[in-house]
Amino acid sequence: MYQYDQHDRAFLADRVALFRDQVARRLTGVLSEEQFRPLRLQNGLYLQLHAYMLRVAVPYGTLNGRQLRALAAIARRYDRGYGHFTTRQNIQFNWIRLADAPDIMADLAAADLHAIQTSGDCIRNVTADQWAGAARDEIEDPRIWCEIIRQWSTVHPEFSFLPRKFKIAVTGAARDRAAVRFHDIGLRLLRNADGEVGFEVLVGGGLGRTPVIGKVIRPFLPKAELLAYLEAIMRVYNRHGRRDNPYKARIKILVNDLGSDEMRRQVEAEWEGLRGGDLRLDPDLVAEIAGRFAGPALTPDPAPVRAVEDLPLIDPAFRRWLDANTVAHRVPGHRIVNLPLKPIGAPPGDASAAQMEALADLAETYGHDDVRVTHEQNLVLPHVREGDLPALWRALDGLGLAVPNLGLVSDIIACPGLDYCTLANARSIPVAQAISTRFADLARQQDIGELRIKISGCINACAHHHVGHIGILGVEKAGAEFYQVTLGGEPGEGASIGELVGPAIPAARIVAAVETIIAGYLAFRRPGERFLDTVRRVGVAPFRERLDAAA
Amino acid sequence: MPLLKGGVEVADGWRALADAEPVPAQGDVVVPLARFLAEREALLARGGKLGVRCRNTDAVEVLAPDLHRIDLIALEFPRFGDGRAFTQARVLRQRLGFQGELRATGEVLADQLLHMGRCGFDAFAAALPDLVAEWRKAGASYRAYYQPATADQAPLIAALRGGRRTPLANP
Amino acid sequence: MAKTRTGSINVVTANRLADGQAVFLAAAGGWVADIGRAAVATEAASAERLLAIAAASVARQEVVDPYLVALAAGEVRPLALRERIRAHGPTVAAIAADATRYPE
Repeated sequence: MYQYDQHDRAFLADRVALFRDQVARRLTGVLSEEQFRPLRLQNGLYLQLHAYMLRVAVPYGTLNGRQLRALAAIARRYDRGYGHFTTRQNIQFNWIRLADAPDIMADLAAADLHAIQTSGDCIRNVTADQWAGAARDEIEDPRIWCEIIRQWSTVHPEFSFLPRKFKIAVTGAARDRAAVRFHDIGLRLLRNADGEVGFEVLVGGGLGRTPVIGKVIRPFLPKAELLAYLEAIMRVYNRHGRRDNPYKARIKILVNDLGSDEMRRQVEAEWEGLRGGDLRLDPDLVAEIAGRFAGPALTPDPAPVRAVEDLPLIDPAFRRWLDANTVAHRVPGHRIVNLPLKPIGAPPGDASAAQMEALADLAETYGHDDVRVTHEQNLVLPHVREGDLPALWRALDGLGLAVPNLGLVSDIIACPGLDYCTLANARSIPVAQAISTRFADLARQQDIGELRIKISGCINACAHHHVGHIGILGVEKAGAEFYQVTLGGEPGEGASIGELVGPAIPAARIVAAVETIIAGYLAFRRPGERFLDTVRRVGVAPFRERLDAAA
Repeated sequence: MPLLKGGVEVADGWRALADAEPVPAQGDVVVPLARFLAEREALLARGGKLGVRCRNTDAVEVLAPDLHRIDLIALEFPRFGDGRAFTQARVLRQRLGFQGELRATGEVLADQLLHMGRCGFDAFAAALPDLVAEWRKAGASYRAYYQPATADQAPLIAALRGGRRTPLANP
Repeated sequence: MAKTRTGSINVVTANRLADGQAVFLAAAGGWVADIGRAAVATEAASAERLLAIAAASVARQEVVDPYLVALAAGEVRPLALRERIRAHGPTVAAIAADATRYPE
């Protein structure tokens, strides 16, 4: 992962000092709440239902063991012993005191971590493919570019007060695991006809109140021009994005109003004035950043494969885990190990301090000190030698983190919802817990196969419900919780937005409704069809009929 | 309204003219952009310095042909959080090469002075009790930055990577 | 979710500045975490008086964003689910996967 140097550390130290001063001015009344709010938000500090919530950045979802232990220590010392991994590859602490926040920032900085720009109308944490550097279908590691974007966007003087928040995702692989089509800017590394690697640039994707699939405004951008081009996009957005209505302030609305051709014209005109200038990324500069990603030197190791193949004889549970939760690595003899933070009946994405510490140890012992956070609220050990898998599996099982449910019914993503969040209209986590418990039987889950349920407690769509195979959106009706259900969303290539299956369903019936929908799939499906395939083939109408019949 | 320029509080020698107010023969005046465009020849021909006041929705590019004859451009921050004038400032400084005074007006708060300075503002009309102290504090916020901006000419990232301090220029 | 629901019986809530804790304006003065000890206003004039006390507390940097919470008649129970959760904590059954199975 990226290694901080003295300059990165000096920057964070300065930032902590600034924030300490701002908090002191707030506590003594020099700053009013109105003046302080944007300042605390730019440091990831929200005021939620029960306390302050601190959102710590996990840049492009990458942590090492030392950082995971630092997060665990914060959970123990300043919070209630756990943290919540989010759909933005970040971690949130739900029970923070404002007076402690500067000390927490200092503790984070000591582990080369921060909470800068995890909120506010600025460029947020850049997300990436969680299998970066390990995936077999990868053209180039996106994290180097994420880090360059992180540096460029950190306390950018021109783009710290945008019309609205701004999210960028980067993928370097053929399969899109970073949902780049649903970001304000999505970047796909690809190789052109001349064999040169550059970026496809998508603009104006997003979820929330108005879900939109991003449009390609430049099919191939030379790497050296990445920042100049991003700055051109930001400049057009900062000047022309709407500020009269927060629900119409994202860049997707501007792109829609202008049309993607006019957007492209304006961006390219702005880029003309910037290209080749002081934002140009010369290869030596990129190499310098890349050199700070001291990735593990993995040696192809074909021998242990046999040992792994033999292990099912020892324990069928290991085989199920191996098949469900691990993926082939680019280097033979290694696997990518996914760790769903979705034990049956547990709040999605929560991890206790003890789990974080144990995972830090496991990452150092078996995983080349590399841990990833996924936008599906799971963790990943991206580089594990096959020969180490049995021992790792036993250790994970002891932590309750070896449930073989990756991508299955119980691998639900859910926002904090009304249990924690001031914006929510309905609860999310208890719905996730109830669905997970109803489908606890793993054999049943495996029979149902790949099915991604996403539950948001309000239209802001933090859990990306629009792109869930089953999307669940909490709404309020006369003081009661109801849930709108959509079917057929998909975040990756072949991106689609789910279609509403019928009227909102009262909370008491939402789990049964999910069960009815899944029963419908099992009845309709053809051999080999996933849930999404069946929905796409038959449409939502047959599901609606079943729901109506059951209501 | 206190005015900070060159790191010190100075008297504001400029007279802001409303739309219909007669233009005095002498003295330094600031006019709204629309009036400048309507009365351009006369305004440029008169004695005294000329300033133009832009709203943050104005296309400042229309001033390009006359920038060398304009001494001051006042940009507006109507409320904390509306950052359009940051981009206007950078377009004026970086793309159009404006050399005159670039003045921040409106809701100019201490915690934005740093950003304003880095985007090329060199004068600040702000209702702050101790503008000079706030400016010094803002300029000392960070030892270095991660990106080049108009005021500090830092080469990209290398500014930090190479450990070069890129202090805020003293206006 | 709407912060207040229609109702003539109200308490005043806010978040304490220093730690964000949801608190209620107490009958005995000051702010308390226990809604059961909150001062209950049964008419518009007393609700206004409580809000004025809260506004003074905001000016002393003690709390932020005070507002009225409507209660059900005859019991100290907010009408809105949001306010019940604010008063009594998350309804999430198992906090953190291993909190119970792996006691520390």
